[in-house]
Amino acid sequence: MNILTLFGSMPGAIAQGLIWGITAIGIYITYRILDFADLTVDGSMCTGGAVCIMMMLSDHNVFVSMLVATMAGMLTGLATGLFHTFMGIPPILSGILTQLALYSVNLAIMGKANQSINVDKYNLLVALRYIKGVPFYRNPIFVTAVCILLLILFLYWFFGTEIGCGLRATGCNANMARAQGINTDFSKVLGLMISNGLVGLSGALLAQYQNFSDVSMGRGAIVIGLAAVIISEAIFGRLFHNFGFKLFGVALGSILYYMVVQTVIWMGVKPDWLKALSALVVAFFLAIPYWKNKYISGKDLGKNKVA
Amino acid sequence: MLEMRNVTKVFNKGTVNEKLALDNFSLTLEEGDFVTVIGGNGAGKSTMMNAISGVWPVDSGQIIVDGVDITRLPEHKRARFLGRVFQDPMTGTAATMGIEENLALAKRRGRTRSLRTGISKKEREEYKELLKILGLGLEDRMTTKVGLLSGGQRQALTLLMASLQKPKLLLLDEHTAALDPKTAAKVLDTTEYIINRDHLTTLMITHNMKDAIAHGNRLFMMMDGKIILDIRGEEKKRLTVEDLLHKFEEASGEAFVSDKAILG
Repeated sequence: MNILTLFGSMPGAIAQGLIWGITAIGIYITYRILDFADLTVDGSMCTGGAVCIMMMLSDHNVFVSMLVATMAGMLTGLATGLFHTFMGIPPILSGILTQLALYSVNLAIMGKANQSINVDKYNLLVALRYIKGVPFYRNPIFVTAVCILLLILFLYWFFGTEIGCGLRATGCNANMARAQGINTDFSKVLGLMISNGLVGLSGALLAQYQNFSDVSMGRGAIVIGLAAVIISEAIFGRLFHNFGFKLFGVALGSILYYMVVQTVIWMGVKPDWLKALSALVVAFFLAIPYWKNKYISGKDLGKNKVA
Repeated sequence: MLEMRNVTKVFNKGTVNEKLALDNFSLTLEEGDFVTVIGGNGAGKSTMMNAISGVWPVDSGQIIVDGVDITRLPEHKRARFLGRVFQDPMTGTAATMGIEENLALAKRRGRTRSLRTGISKKEREEYKELLKILGLGLEDRMTTKVGLLSGGQRQALTLLMASLQKPKLLLLDEHTAALDPKTAAKVLDTTEYIINRDHLTTLMITHNMKDAIAHGNRLFMMMDGKIILDIRGEEKKRLTVEDLLHKFEEASGEAFVSDKAILG
């Protein structure tokens, strides 16, 4: 257990955390702003990665490929949104249906279970190899951080617009939103599209970073994203009130998650157990507000009622 | 201003819980009418309002507001005609958004929402002035999350929101029922003030007979999805609670059983 090995692995963890941070921000939008537990992400992350890799393999520009990957992600959000709003299927089930369908779609995009891309032959934006020995502006940590910053700026602007405010109102109180003339179905679909677009972009970056896309690369993405959201709220909840900073906090939460994962592996836990561990940790943190209500503030249960 | 023609709504059709909530219901409101609505539980008062607001489609009949047939319009499209305040103070506002943001949402009722800013500097000044009317000090807490306000404050704010874009019809669904008597009286004063200021055509459901008598120029009572009593003009002005109870017994053939309605 050489502490230097741990330190040595940290840049990789940070880069991975940042890339997943984009997914986490997407999940924050659906889970926290839209109040929609969207399981599409488990499939759309791979869709983004698959589309990006296949486009690049057929010699498309890396930025064009990432743009198309983002749009592919948005389409998956559209599918879930229509399942829910047009067909009246409950949120979780809508996401599961899309996710299942995407398994086939992703295989069809790639033609097989995984596709690798050679870092020497293709001009990747981010890659594991660039974590050391390249100018700082080629470093995946820098590239992804800039990417996240731009995304946060965009989202900060968007959620301040009339449509963005409508989306927030929809997630907070759909009855009120409709009474104020907001088309809540449109809001939900749009929110899901933005969220999954981000997840698709995140998948595109991740596939480049690890030099391959794989049909199972998004498995459990929802849990990892939620973990990042929960970590950020636990640590920065009292610190960040501004919406932009909250998104920034989610990205930091994702980095922390991967640093913890790296540490756990360094301590000798088999990587196979990581998903079980993540699930338990997330379950625990999700339970805290429930337990608080039930066991601690039980006497004040009536306080949420109106005066 | 409002016309409901033979509107019928049945819940849980074909089951043992089948309930005829609106029975061939017809109603005409003139512009500037302030109508109070009373009736026991399950009389169809809220169903009538939900039919107007479009919470669900009606089974048959027609609903016309300001000359426009809105019977088939979805809820969010009817919103441009309607200002609504609900019984539960939680329903009318977005708790995680600020006071000014809630007002800004209401300001855009009936307009196409675009990528313009959700709230402008000029609006903020305007809202500040409007909030002063309420006399609750909310004008100094513009960015406070609405979830932190009391029930009375939220209802007052919802009223302001409902009248921000002058609605063709103001719908008040027992909007003071969840408040303590003192707060309820204050919210009712604000209601009366806003209705008079903007000359709003209003439908107000209330559990409280005294309030129903004290406010508005017309009163009707509902039972089993129908209007069983309709009192207006001079007759309404002279009306007392005893009269109303008596008339109710006459019209329905049974005694009015709600302590809350009589004592409240």
